[in-house]
Amino acid sequence: MTRDDMVVDKLRAALPEAIEEVSDFQGERTIFIRKDKIVDACRLLRDDPDMRYNYLSDIVADDLLPEYPRFAVSYHLLSMPNKHRIRLRVQVEDPDEGPETVAAVWPVATWLETEVWDLMGVRCVGNKGLRRLFMPEDWQGHPLRKDYPLGYEEVQFSFNWQEIDARKPRAKQ
Amino acid sequence: MGLLIPQASDSIQELSVEELRAKVGTGMEIVDPEEHMLLSMGPQHPSTHGVLRVLVELDGETVVNLAPDIGFLHTGIEKNMENKRFVKALVMTDRMDYLTPATNNLVYAMAVEKLMGLEIPERAQTIRVIVSELSRIASHLVWLGTSALDLAAMSVFLYCFREREIILDIFEMIAGQRMMISYFRPGGLWRDVPEEFVPAVRKFLEIMPAKLADYEALLGQNPIFLARTKDVGVISHDDAIAWGVSGPSMRGSGVDWDNRRDQPYCGYETYDFEVPLEKEGDVWARYNVRMREMRESLRIIRQGLDRLKPGPVNIANYKVVPPPRADLGTSMEAVIHHFKVWTEGYHAGPGYVYQVIESPRGEMACYLRGDGGNKPARVHFRTPSFVNLAALPLMGRGAYIADLVAMIGSIDVVLGEIDR
Repeated sequence: MTRDDMVVDKLRAALPEAIEEVSDFQGERTIFIRKDKIVDACRLLRDDPDMRYNYLSDIVADDLLPEYPRFAVSYHLLSMPNKHRIRLRVQVEDPDEGPETVAAVWPVATWLETEVWDLMGVRCVGNKGLRRLFMPEDWQGHPLRKDYPLGYEEVQFSFNWQEIDARKPRAKQ
Repeated sequence: MGLLIPQASDSIQELSVEELRAKVGTGMEIVDPEEHMLLSMGPQHPSTHGVLRVLVELDGETVVNLAPDIGFLHTGIEKNMENKRFVKALVMTDRMDYLTPATNNLVYAMAVEKLMGLEIPERAQTIRVIVSELSRIASHLVWLGTSALDLAAMSVFLYCFREREIILDIFEMIAGQRMMISYFRPGGLWRDVPEEFVPAVRKFLEIMPAKLADYEALLGQNPIFLARTKDVGVISHDDAIAWGVSGPSMRGSGVDWDNRRDQPYCGYETYDFEVPLEKEGDVWARYNVRMREMRESLRIIRQGLDRLKPGPVNIANYKVVPPPRADLGTSMEAVIHHFKVWTEGYHAGPGYVYQVIESPRGEMACYLRGDGGNKPARVHFRTPSFVNLAALPLMGRGAYIADLVAMIGSIDVVLGEIDR
């Protein structure tokens, strides 16, 4: 049994509801976790003596527009004792109600989740330190979203507002 | 839905001066606003190695609390890359960590290769290792020079830049560029190294050990340098892991992890080298780790040169790399491939990958999602300086303000990489 499968089995045994889906791509295992179970899953992966994913490498937010759910947050974990990496992924429908913060498991998550909020606008619930990290204090919007204008956008006037609005990228409802 | 146009917020005027001082930039908690002084160190400060602002709360000369404020160099590299074709997006990666462009190229090129499932020829792998290690030495030389300069050791700075110049000349020889080399491309290299490359690197290998001994003679026994670095900015083994510290900063705290050895890529598993490790976790330990790492890099380069055999440096898939120039005169297919590669590019995905390498500053990773188009749908870089900086408050609390300079130097921040 590979280590990837062992992690899935252990998660299934300890948190039967947590796993939504498991996928493999180019030798990387991704485990989709239910949004409300992410902290439990992370804590289990860190503390279980067979897994010991003690190092949080990165938290990445992804905008999958026009798919639904639109956002996904990936947690890239590393187990130093076992020299193994794995990815947990959470699908987020409403960016204001993102996954709960994993700062209780790895304190560095506070810093990484701040970047996720600043650039992608996915709010990790319970993170008190969210602030503008890269963008100016008074910036509005989150530039890494797919519907964020890059320049070149058409100018909307009252007579063609709806016509142009209809062409803008939107998430499926 | 309203457009997301940046507007000046008016709420800032409702704050009192104290609230404003506390809030601007960092949201740091002020322990005692009555008695303590708030000092804004940077963004324009020589020892911040760029435009880093550190908000420091001071009780006399002792740091009570501090918070880094970043973003002054934010240029939207990730967003830019999403709007360029795969091969064009590569040039953006050089501009992130401008002290070691080769490893940035490497992590992105390897992510694209992983996404597309490409296997790179052996000669290209070996050259990638050699150039990455040269780049590591160049980066460590800048670190050594500037962090010693912060502690007022002026001559080391000049010596380090003198030796770095040799490496930059080698880069110019292979890539036509001294710094922004864009030499590693998805599928291999831009082109093979010229004939003069191997003798030039061998000459560098000959002179470098003596130079390293010179630096150590200047700093390693220097009582002022020792006093400024020993027991300064200590970060413990467990804190280093919990705070995601990586690279030499982590190995200075006794965390035995190096992606080159533990999760090898580019054939690093076939090279014989050691991973320097120190237990103390202070500035001196991090200094020692980097100094020893340069010697190990020299060993790796020497082994790489010994095994360098003639062969192709690119994959033979002309849908990804352009065909050889000589073919264009005789083969219609080559012309078509050439045209397609440079106008349309190639398509990758759907899927996402996470490629990790060991950059001079630590764990450098690239998350890349392709959606089947010819542009990356999402690129994200896990940059080591950015994460290492999160541990700065941990080191700095309770220290003297003057030592803060030594700490920032010792975690080797590059602001281009932090702000991206």
